[in-house]
Formats: sequence, C-alpha cells, structure tokens
Amino acid sequence: MIDLDDIDRHLIVALVEDASQSAGVLGKQLGLSQPATWRRIRRLDAAGVLKGRRLKLDAAQLGFGVTVFLGVKLATKGRVSLEDFERAVAAIPEVQTVEHVLGLYDYRLRVVARDLPDFERVLRRRIMTLPGAGEVEANVLLSEERFSGPL
Amino acid sequence: MLDDADRRLLRYWQAEPTLTMVELAARAGMTHGKAARRVARMQERGIVQGVAAVVDWAALGYAVEVSLRITLDKTQGNAFDVFMAQARHVPEVIEMQTFLGRVDLRLSIIARDMAHYQTIYRERILTLPHIADIEALMHVARIKSDEVLPL
Repeated sequence: MIDLDDIDRHLIVALVEDASQSAGVLGKQLGLSQPATWRRIRRLDAAGVLKGRRLKLDAAQLGFGVTVFLGVKLATKGRVSLEDFERAVAAIPEVQTVEHVLGLYDYRLRVVARDLPDFERVLRRRIMTLPGAGEVEANVLLSEERFSGPL
Repeated sequence: MLDDADRRLLRYWQAEPTLTMVELAARAGMTHGKAARRVARMQERGIVQGVAAVVDWAALGYAVEVSLRITLDKTQGNAFDVFMAQARHVPEVIEMQTFLGRVDLRLSIIARDMAHYQTIYRERILTLPHIADIEALMHVARIKSDEVLPL
C-alpha cells in the first residue's frame, strides 16, 4: 500500500475540494515547487488513491429536483443472475450509483428525477421491472454532506 | 435556462471531467471562446460547482465500508441538529444524508478492517445522541459510481 506523508494528505484534501487547481497554485499553498507537486499528484493517481475526477453540478438548477435512495431486495435469489440485474440497473440513466450490499437489502441505488411524478415513472417503469427486483424501499433525500474523511 | 449547447458541454464534461477547455470545446463542436463563455456563465450561476477528485479509500487501506441507516428519537425537538453536529466530528464518517422516509438519516463509515469498524461503531457511533434505531448495510461492491446526471 502507498505511504502518505502530511503533504500528500493535504494535497488529497485540496484536490477533493477543487481538482481544477493547477500544480503551481497547489504547490504554493503547500510550500512545494510546481514540478514536485505535479509528481505527487501523478503518484496518487497512479496508486489509485485518486480514482478519478467528478464534475460537481447543481442538480436542482438542472431540473433534477428529487434524489431518492432506494434499497432493493432481490425477489428470487439464486434464480436470477446478479450480473443480469446489475447490468440492467446500471444502464438506467436516472440511476447514479449502484452498490451491492449485505444486510436488509441487496442493492442500494441513488436515483435522480425531475420531481415526484417523474420519480414514480422511473420506479414503476424502470426499477420495478428489473429482472429479479423484489421489495423496494425509498427514502427521499433532504440534505447531504460529504467529508474529507480520516486524512 | 440552459440551451442544447450548454447541455452538450455538460454531457461531455461529465463523461470526462479532466478535459481542458480546448478539448471540451472541440468535443462539443464549438469554438474555444464560445465554450469558455458558456462555461463561465454556468459557473457564475452555480450550475457548475467545480471538479472534485474522488478518493478510493480501499487504496488507502480502508477495506470496510458500512452504510448506517439511523432512526432518531424525535421526541427530542432538536434531535437532528444535535446528532448531526456530533456525527460531523467522527473522522471515519465520509457522508451524511437526511431523508424523508422510513429512515431519518444515513452515515457512510469507513474502517481499516472489521475489528476497526467494531471499535468505531461502539465508541464513536453508538455514543452519538438521540439514536432510536440503527440498521447496517455492509458494502460489498460498487457497480456504478459516476453520479452522472442524465442531461
């Protein structure tokens, strides 16, 4: 596993905050030269610590007023292939994340919709009709916070 | 509101958040100046909030991820505020969402291994105020995680 020093940790936090900052700007904050900063970022990318970049958009302003977290239970475990379910659910454009979990539900989905009637359409036409989909629980997102974690 | 050209820019940018403005303009089939003006306008309006690096916690040695679905004791008027203020201080909490639905709140927790998780759960989570019930979903695999909006 990759060893991190304090500068790496600060760099990760800064990049999670704003990945569009140049190596020069980041380096200045951390007391590093531009090439040294660039090498560190490349090392974090290469080690897979930074698995990518994400464009942060205001979903509400783009017309997606509703985000719903769904817990989905498979109805016929053993008879339906998990791969078939996963392929089908991941192909639904409104489904932003799919996680396979252990516990009360088998999958956790994050779904966006324009409003509640639009969500109902997605739920009935797309989610309920998935191969093997059984019980579904919906929780409508009210607020969300993300943290930089134990760095 | 946004027009088709704006949406086209966002579609390409969401798919590849590391694109430079020159590359993005070329993909969307417009001049650099036009693309830059449109992006600047969307940034000013807060539609585009920036680009974030995504951390792979497993690559940093955090092999365990658990989703805790929490019901609060709502006979306490300020249960949400008090709980959330304290949950923010647990370093291993990387996400917190509040919901309208069967559960009130969800925490995403990361840990190095199951023993570490058990320590966090007992010492940092169960000691949080106003918890009425907790359900845990243990994360097995991430099937889709791009969080792309269907523009």
